[in-house]
Amino acid sequence: MAIISRGFSGRRIPADAKLPPGQYLTTDFPVLSAGPTPHISLDRWEFTIDDGSNVLKRWDWKSFRELPSETITTDLHCVTRWSKLGTSWEGVSLDVLLADVKTDLPYAMFRSYGDYTTNLPLKDVMNKQAWIAFKYGGADLEPEHGGPARLLVPHLYLWKSAKWVKGLSLMPHDKPGFWESLGYHIYGDPWREQRYSEE
Amino acid sequence: MAGTAVLGRVTWRAAKVVAVHDETATARTLALAVRDWPGHVAGQHVDVRLTAPDGYSAVRSYSIASAPISDGRIEITVERLPNGEVSPYLTQEVMVGDELELRGPIGGWFVWRCEQMEPIQLVAGGSGIVPLMAMIRSRRSAGSSAPFRLLYSVGGPEKVFYRDELRALSNQGDSVVITYAYTRVTPKDWPRPAGRIDAPLIAMGTWPSTLRPTSYVCGPTSFVEQATDLLIAAGHDRERIRTERFGATGERK
Repeated sequence: MAIISRGFSGRRIPADAKLPPGQYLTTDFPVLSAGPTPHISLDRWEFTIDDGSNVLKRWDWKSFRELPSETITTDLHCVTRWSKLGTSWEGVSLDVLLADVKTDLPYAMFRSYGDYTTNLPLKDVMNKQAWIAFKYGGADLEPEHGGPARLLVPHLYLWKSAKWVKGLSLMPHDKPGFWESLGYHIYGDPWREQRYSEE
Repeated sequence: MAGTAVLGRVTWRAAKVVAVHDETATARTLALAVRDWPGHVAGQHVDVRLTAPDGYSAVRSYSIASAPISDGRIEITVERLPNGEVSPYLTQEVMVGDELELRGPIGGWFVWRCEQMEPIQLVAGGSGIVPLMAMIRSRRSAGSSAPFRLLYSVGGPEKVFYRDELRALSNQGDSVVITYAYTRVTPKDWPRPAGRIDAPLIAMGTWPSTLRPTSYVCGPTSFVEQATDLLIAAGHDRERIRTERFGATGERK
């Protein structure tokens, strides 16, 4: 079926490296963003949870950093096909942030400084699957990688891990965020290679 | 940020290499005849898939350099990366008559449509010129009179892509105003010493923010970070700046 590329052999990945289909390994950390990098001062930073009409929870930087945090070591998979293995982060689990939020709303729209949004089923950010990360490799998260804080939801393509995150809105129905409105997959599972909306 | 069209076309198509042309010592333009090409918008990219005889395959994304003319032919320009897996093949091995596989066009955000009449500021770092060249060519083929400026930061004169075409364009009346900025080597008697872009260069080489241009900035991450910070400092509205970045191993272009 596929056309053989005369003279192409390629660079195979080590057999022990487990990558989702169509990904290649990188050791540096490329950046993909739709617009300028926002620079957010910590005294203006806040993270809120709302249900579409009422703010249910609100943290400023100080109260956010007083929450219990965890270190996370995980692989990252970007829809532009690079994967980076064994990255190390520190962040607050969404389980902590959502601990006393009582809701039947099954979806969330994460909101960022710079107006980026991305949608996720709430069950995908609970049970040790997602964090609001503020350190990468032991250092404060750089603005170009989403600092001061970004969502980290490593089991999905990295565009779901919204940089410069400032909150989430609970929703009764799933709704596409920024890239999801521009032809990217509504869910984005790298192991099922859900890159584009028609896949 | 308002969304535009959904353009996730995912069918793999056969593409025959119909012409090759070296832009620089390390970059080559490939003209590809694509079966059933659906057409594209300037700024979009394609996925290119190479397959080895044993079935191993590798896919990379490349920006389209050509204007959206519906003759089933597109051009991509590929910069060879020293340790690249795909770019050395596309810039050194591929010959006219070879077939590749390709899908797309992909991307609905970093695009210029010929209905846009506002001033356009293009800012390219190195091979980041490729999707911006598609916009310049698209403007011409559509007969658009939208005011365009290009600020093109590049290592040296020998690293400039599309040199003759850009020179011809800038010599025409109603056309694209081009400012070059050289980061390592300048032409003889060049007024500005080699160096990274800075505020005076932005002031000289871009539209004033009062004209409310839409800006498209494409290049390596560090370049895009610097250029967008300078544009914002010069008063440009961050909502009117669109970016496309590529990392050292991103092989995006």
